[in-house]
Amino acid sequence: MEADLPRSIHQLQQQAREVRRDILKMIAAAGSGHPGGSLSLVELLVALYFNILRVKPEDPRWPHRDRLVLSKGHAAPALYAVLAVRGFFPRSKLEGLRRLGSELQGHPDMNKVPGVDMSTGSLGQGLSVATGMALAARLDRADWRVYAILGDGECQEGQIWEAAMAAAHYRLGNLTAILDWNGLQIDGPTERVISLDPLAAKWEAFGWQVRRVDGHNFPEILEALDRKAAPADKPLMVIARTVKGKGVSFMENRSEWHGVAPSPQELEEALGDLENGAKEGAC
Amino acid sequence: MKATREAYGEALVELGRQDVRIVALDADLSKSTYSAKFAQQYPERFFNLGVAEANLIGVAAGLAACGKIPFASTFAVFATGRVYDQIRNSVAYPALNVKIAGSHSGITVGEDGASHQALEDLALMRALPNMTVLCPADAPEARKATLAAAAWPGPVYLRLGRSKVPQVIPEEVPFQIGKGILLRAGGDLTLISTGIMAGPALEAAEILRGRGLDPRVIHLHTVKPLDRELVVAAARETGAVITVEEHNIIGGLGGAVAEVLGEECPVPLGRVGVPDCFGQSGKPGELLEYYGLTAQHIAARAEGLLSKFRA
Repeated sequence: MEADLPRSIHQLQQQAREVRRDILKMIAAAGSGHPGGSLSLVELLVALYFNILRVKPEDPRWPHRDRLVLSKGHAAPALYAVLAVRGFFPRSKLEGLRRLGSELQGHPDMNKVPGVDMSTGSLGQGLSVATGMALAARLDRADWRVYAILGDGECQEGQIWEAAMAAAHYRLGNLTAILDWNGLQIDGPTERVISLDPLAAKWEAFGWQVRRVDGHNFPEILEALDRKAAPADKPLMVIARTVKGKGVSFMENRSEWHGVAPSPQELEEALGDLENGAKEGAC
Repeated sequence: MKATREAYGEALVELGRQDVRIVALDADLSKSTYSAKFAQQYPERFFNLGVAEANLIGVAAGLAACGKIPFASTFAVFATGRVYDQIRNSVAYPALNVKIAGSHSGITVGEDGASHQALEDLALMRALPNMTVLCPADAPEARKATLAAAAWPGPVYLRLGRSKVPQVIPEEVPFQIGKGILLRAGGDLTLISTGIMAGPALEAAEILRGRGLDPRVIHLHTVKPLDRELVVAAARETGAVITVEEHNIIGGLGGAVAEVLGEECPVPLGRVGVPDCFGQSGKPGELLEYYGLTAQHIAARAEGLLSKFRA
């Protein structure tokens, strides 16, 4: 690992603020995108890419790297922003989000973006892919791990539960799924659209070890994802309670901000919110 | 007589011996698809995903993303239509090196009936960018197709059948993805077949010869990329084309040939296949007869085409 890693909690928090700014700016510049579910993921992705994942930004296809599948591919802006600050590609590229000819597609393309391990976008498919990756690691007797990030609304897809069964059946101790449990989907609260509760009990019943964390609290995230503490013979599900639109007062917990870009004026207000949050020590 | 699916299973074992990257996956039909042969030889490289086809494709994609060469098999209806979006987004779009084997394709599934008779799988797979579509004629060719699929970089759909079929393609003919095979020279019209219709197409040519015609017969084991050169030359040199496939006449071989000829060399064209309807239960032979996938019917269609346009 690089000399400046792992980062301190304070450094991670600073990084998270920077990533939030980048997410908002890139979505505003693109004029479309998914701010809510990108902002809810920031601490999780920052924690993973700076303190958990074994990756080499200078060698994105390094065979022994840990893999990450962003199954909720619409949170691509969060992934792009984190990959950029982690050094996989220049931050200046972020301006290209969703533009014709840009590598930064609306949903992640593994063949275009350095550091993206799987193309995603159609919900429900990433956990299966991560399961296949974990099987590949086991066949190679390799010690790299696989991480899949799921949305909560995404767990309404039947394929998620097909993969949940298979990963437990094959006792994939090298697989960790992280559930971005922000409680909202496009049409409203998940519990009103199609209820998911009791989520933890469901995953446990499917044979997973379940850990619950505050998805914006770095010490809790790092403890849950500590690779030395991963279960040996079952997959791990980290259910992260998050706030959709986290960090921007007028976006927080509002499903309206699932897939709408802020106007220039709203962007200014949002960036101001982040500044104020920083002063108050929030986020 | 041997089913193409059986040759597939044997070829998998052969591949497994040669290359440790070969892995096989199935969705609770390994005995029917013959992937069980591989499972028996290489249990650690075989993954049964149960009755969960969407996950089957996704897991295969993950294995391929990490350098394995996965062969995922189940019945063709489930291997294509049921998991179309999984193939589209997790295999074809990222161009991952996944081989999808759909057995029990077409109406020769027989008694199971329409729910199990894939008649649109070629059309579905052909419409996907990055996808290669193979449809071998007999067991020896199915073996060659399986080996070729493993060596081919990128997604491949391999269409296989349930019923035992005779060998039609001479053993020594090399299998090259994208290259059709001239089975019979002739100048009056061309019969172009894919899959197990190569045999009936050749028989139809004999019938037509008896009636004073000299048909050319071409077998296209690769539906995509289509051998445009061979198809266009045949149209130019013989002036009429009949396509023959155990598939809906929409979107499969007939569709592919019509697209090419419409652009390059429009000639009278007849499409023999299942006429845009679902199948039904019955014995494979009865169904082939019912839907007109016999040498007699192909010959009649050929004569009808010629009399319509050359009268």
